[in-house]
Amino acid sequence: MRGLFALAAACVLAVPAGAAPTPARQEQLRAMVDQDCGSCHGLTRRGGLGSPLRAEVLADIGDEALTATILDGRPGTPMPPWRGLLSEDDAAWIVRHLKGEGP
Amino acid sequence: MKRLAPFAVALMLSACAAPPLRGTGDLGLVVERGDGAVQVVETTHSTALGRVTGLGDLSHASLVFSRDERFAFVFGRDGGLTKVDLLEGRVAGRVVQSGNSIGGAISQDGRLVAVANYTPGGVKVFDTETLALVADIPAIGADGKPSKVVGLEDAPGNRFAFSLYDAGEIWLADLKDPRQPKIRKYTGIGKLPYDALVTEDGHYYMAGLFGEDGIALLDLWNPDAGVRRILDHYGKGEQPLPVYKMPHLEGWAASGTLAFLPAIGRHEVLVVDTTTWREVGRIPVAGQPIFAMLRPDGRQMWVNFALPDNGKVQVIDVPSLRVVKTIEPGPAVLHMEFTPRGERVWLSSRDGDRVSVWDTETLEQVAELKANKPSGIFFTARAHRIGL
Repeated sequence: MRGLFALAAACVLAVPAGAAPTPARQEQLRAMVDQDCGSCHGLTRRGGLGSPLRAEVLADIGDEALTATILDGRPGTPMPPWRGLLSEDDAAWIVRHLKGEGP
Repeated sequence: MKRLAPFAVALMLSACAAPPLRGTGDLGLVVERGDGAVQVVETTHSTALGRVTGLGDLSHASLVFSRDERFAFVFGRDGGLTKVDLLEGRVAGRVVQSGNSIGGAISQDGRLVAVANYTPGGVKVFDTETLALVADIPAIGADGKPSKVVGLEDAPGNRFAFSLYDAGEIWLADLKDPRQPKIRKYTGIGKLPYDALVTEDGHYYMAGLFGEDGIALLDLWNPDAGVRRILDHYGKGEQPLPVYKMPHLEGWAASGTLAFLPAIGRHEVLVVDTTTWREVGRIPVAGQPIFAMLRPDGRQMWVNFALPDNGKVQVIDVPSLRVVKTIEPGPAVLHMEFTPRGERVWLSSRDGDRVSVWDTETLEQVAELKANKPSGIFFTARAHRIGL
């Protein structure tokens, strides 16, 4: 019985991959996109040192490619790997946010 | 009674005419990124005098001052160039002169203001009186492609020096005849120059390179000698750390014969001997340095950082080259500015919506001003410094 209970508890506690960040985290990510991505990509994402990141510019690029760019950067360019500061779920949420989808 | 009337009217008019006379030497501007506004501040009592709105997109805005300290020329991210009257607290002129711009400089004689543009890549030069366009210099590299312009600084002889980010070039433009700029181009100076500075004596232009470890150095007194590489391979082949925000070279951080430069991809400030241009030391610091700025007397240096350490500022004692204090003035410290004689330093906390003022002797906070997402802080003493 205890084993089953522990198993059930583990299932409830385990966060499945692909989970949306919590509302509080989303707020942080929104601010990060504006300000920290914004320092190179522009506060309005029209570009700066970095490329424009408007939804219409990103529409034709796959989500996975964009997520990978966020997490692993573009070596040889000023785009750094954000993996140290962002989780995969964070990056996936940011991609949807940049594309104008979701919350 | 009739004879008194015009006198009475004149008296009333003069009473509501000009504000009390004041000087400009203790004035400054704080950029409020959130509002597209700037606050006019004064450093004698550390207070805000007013706010000027209507400056467009001020994310990453910087500015230069007119030679009489009365006006600021604000370079906005949206390509807006706004002339702000600090005494009247209003916009005195504005032109949207590009799609995206990053900074600019004022000429030696104060008659011209030049803007560094990303889109379209190039430099535009305007009359500081009227904001009329006097020169347009597209930045087409030797590869035939347009480049973003970075690191635009004034140099003696009414010149401007700037770098082409994509093409890896430095250009020196002589604007003694503003309508006919004479341009000297230096190609192959290094990969991705991201910013530059001119030394306080106007002798050297130095561009930091992102694409390789090193600094490109142009001797402005000997332009024929070409561009030379210094601090080459300072990374020593080690894997660089992620750079979440570019360092900024601003003003010349030199004290005696030592100069200080932020390293890229290393949590260090590089120490350079300015007589040999050799690295003579490194100061380990808390994160990727963004600004390494010297107190005006050169005895102390304050450093701020990129994410994830952007809530910290470190104070370095220059004689011993050691960090003497780490302070946390508020989340996201974007910029700092010393009062002209250095008794205080102002720090912006973007995410704390405040600017804090610190005593540089006691290293304690002494005042605070509210500000909406403050970024850059600029004091009028810059009006009289080459390269600022």
